[in-house]
Amino acid sequence: MNFDFPDELKQLRDTAREFLVEHCPSTLTRKALESTDKVDRALWREIGEMGWLSAAIPEAYGGLGLGHLSVCVLAEEMGRAIAPLPYSSSVYMAAEALLLYGSEQQKHSYLPRLATGQAIGTLAFVETAGPSNPASFDTRFVDGRLTGTKVVVPDGDIADFAIVAVRSLEEGPSLCIADLGDAGVTRSIRPTIDPSRGHATIRFDRAPAEPLPTAKGATAFQHLIDRAAVMMAFEQLGVAMAALEMACDYARGRYAFGRPIGSFQAIKHKLVDVYISTELARSNCYWGAWALESGSSELAVAAAASRVAACDAGWTATRENIQTHGGMGFTWEMDCHLFYRRARLQALALGSAREWKRRLVGALCARESVATPADIAA
Amino acid sequence: MDFTDSPEEAEYRAKCRAFLDATLPRRRPGHVRGYRRGEDGPDVVPQAKAFQGKKFDAGFAGITWPKEWHGQGGTPIQQMIYDQEEANYDTTVNAIGLQLSICIPTICRWGTQEQRDRFAPRALRGEEVWCQFYSEPSGGSDLGSLRTRATRDGDEWVINGQKIWTSLAHEADWGVLIARSDFDKPKHEGLTFFYLSTKTPGVEIRQIKQMSGASHFNEVFFKDARIPDSQRLGPVDGGWKVAMSLLMGERYSMHDEFGPSFKELFSLARQLELNGRPAIEDGGVQDRLAEFYVKAQGLRFTRHRIMTSLARGEAPGPEASIGKLVAATKIQDAASYGLELLGAAGAEMGADMALEGIFEVSFLDSPAFRIAGGTDEILRNTIGERVLGLSPDLRADKGMPFKAIPVGSK
Repeated sequence: MNFDFPDELKQLRDTAREFLVEHCPSTLTRKALESTDKVDRALWREIGEMGWLSAAIPEAYGGLGLGHLSVCVLAEEMGRAIAPLPYSSSVYMAAEALLLYGSEQQKHSYLPRLATGQAIGTLAFVETAGPSNPASFDTRFVDGRLTGTKVVVPDGDIADFAIVAVRSLEEGPSLCIADLGDAGVTRSIRPTIDPSRGHATIRFDRAPAEPLPTAKGATAFQHLIDRAAVMMAFEQLGVAMAALEMACDYARGRYAFGRPIGSFQAIKHKLVDVYISTELARSNCYWGAWALESGSSELAVAAAASRVAACDAGWTATRENIQTHGGMGFTWEMDCHLFYRRARLQALALGSAREWKRRLVGALCARESVATPADIAA
Repeated sequence: MDFTDSPEEAEYRAKCRAFLDATLPRRRPGHVRGYRRGEDGPDVVPQAKAFQGKKFDAGFAGITWPKEWHGQGGTPIQQMIYDQEEANYDTTVNAIGLQLSICIPTICRWGTQEQRDRFAPRALRGEEVWCQFYSEPSGGSDLGSLRTRATRDGDEWVINGQKIWTSLAHEADWGVLIARSDFDKPKHEGLTFFYLSTKTPGVEIRQIKQMSGASHFNEVFFKDARIPDSQRLGPVDGGWKVAMSLLMGERYSMHDEFGPSFKELFSLARQLELNGRPAIEDGGVQDRLAEFYVKAQGLRFTRHRIMTSLARGEAPGPEASIGKLVAATKIQDAASYGLELLGAAGAEMGADMALEGIFEVSFLDSPAFRIAGGTDEILRNTIGERVLGLSPDLRADKGMPFKAIPVGSK
């Protein structure tokens, strides 16, 4: 039994946390929130140099080849820092899609640039409100050309290229890669609930694109989303942890009626419930990380469980952080809203918890038994 | 990151399985009979005692206890592996679990070698059963408010007062007791710890009928019951420390609680129809089932994190504190949701009902789990203060002589 991260990754976590506290304080998130210039390019290149963007990319493509557990560790720290960086888009989505489904030539062409931070990639799949169903995407890929409109594309304002989900015809390609600088691509920046990360509507009008050759059918898209969801869940967990710590710090130091407010059970018990939701999320996330790294057939279930638990932790923690701060929590000046915004942004990207609950039960029904191979006791 | 046992762990697990296979029936899916369903038939304790004897003979009783306590001198990870395996079998052994988690460890920790030799083997073999005379009408969550009086009389102590919620006292041979030896000192400083036979003259045990109809616990009256001073554990007026030394020690339960698990809810939702379709296809049902599943898996994998720490010989992290709090409410909610799915038919009780009637039984049984062994509220206080570092609540009785403190219901 070794259901924990290896020591070298715990060291990586500590290093990452220290670095982000110093170089990516909440003032940077705030700056991104208040301006149109979202990403600190120097910082982005620096984390590229440290290998954070290439941790799961094999050495053959310019990466460190440390595996996905390392990305999980870094994702949690990115969340903790509410980093205004396109980490999820470039690493969990674009690089992951290329690793799963790219041709050798595509991998050699894109991955080394993602690894250094020279290029930023993203995933464009959402078209309308409600669950995204690959079978009903309007975006088509015909004769090497992409046509359709994708909305709320994360980091779509700055990404150099996008993996684009298209309607898969007869087991044809379901994911393409398109250079966003090409003619035929129009992007318009859109306001969102969390402006510390840029989002855009992207229109493809017979834009040149290439299919990812092994991404066939809707299942390829779902599998990519499952893998991304585990890494995102760690980032969500990081946000939740930071919000819980912020609330506890305040509850320890803020006095009312002659005593610290954390001594009141109304506050204390609520924060314990938040703590519980973070621990349940962490345990589910570890399971997801194990399934991600080991390539287990449990991934669909474990990813959905991680996602659902992390969405709950993020919501509970960031909501109650504001509440614990009282009126101050509702001000622009306090950081509470930065966590509240980011947690919900994460919980909507990749589809909401409501959708993932349905997928979770669907995946359980598809199995012969509720018992999981990972669970010796079952 | 992996779930595989080390070679030593795998070997130990195989030994556990071999013993259990030879001794107990394996739990079948959806089979919820026995103590797990909250029943307290006349066979429960005799069966538990008989199985405890077999456990002892096979070397699985007191796995982590040192040899001087008549234990196996094993490791916490071995205990966890055994518990994990035992959870797959039908057994009522938990009915007498308290003596090995609290009572005998207290005797062994604070008593003499003679006392260990007298009591530990018999408890480990299931020959003698123990109970815990702690809670009182005036002090449950606030255990330090207890008023049962211990008066010194030469080499003896005379006990007068009343205990309540004493699980298994009616089946027990012995009990550990905490009583007030000095009413003038602040409340935690005037308590002394003893053990005594339940057959001691002046001890009267009355079973309490619970809301579920079962009777697991008792009220116990002490009227001039005499205990020799040799049955005192720890110093005079030092009983609080003795009691806390074992209440603080966490046991990491590998067992599902006594109630419907996710598996039962899941199979119910697959059996039932809703608007002509299996209930499991209903979106609202899926939402709730997913929430239960995530909670169940969260608890399960938290145990794996605890096991990992134990396997490395480390103390588990603070996550070990959430198990009981989460599980207790989860069971009550699962019972309630099972009834909701059953609809009007859910009111009827009986073993011929869906899933052997576990939802109806658990509906009436599950409120206990949120109270026994630390209420939800006390556990939240503990986690809030110890894990999150929040200030303790103000105590109105702090430093006051006990006799000046208002107690009970006014």
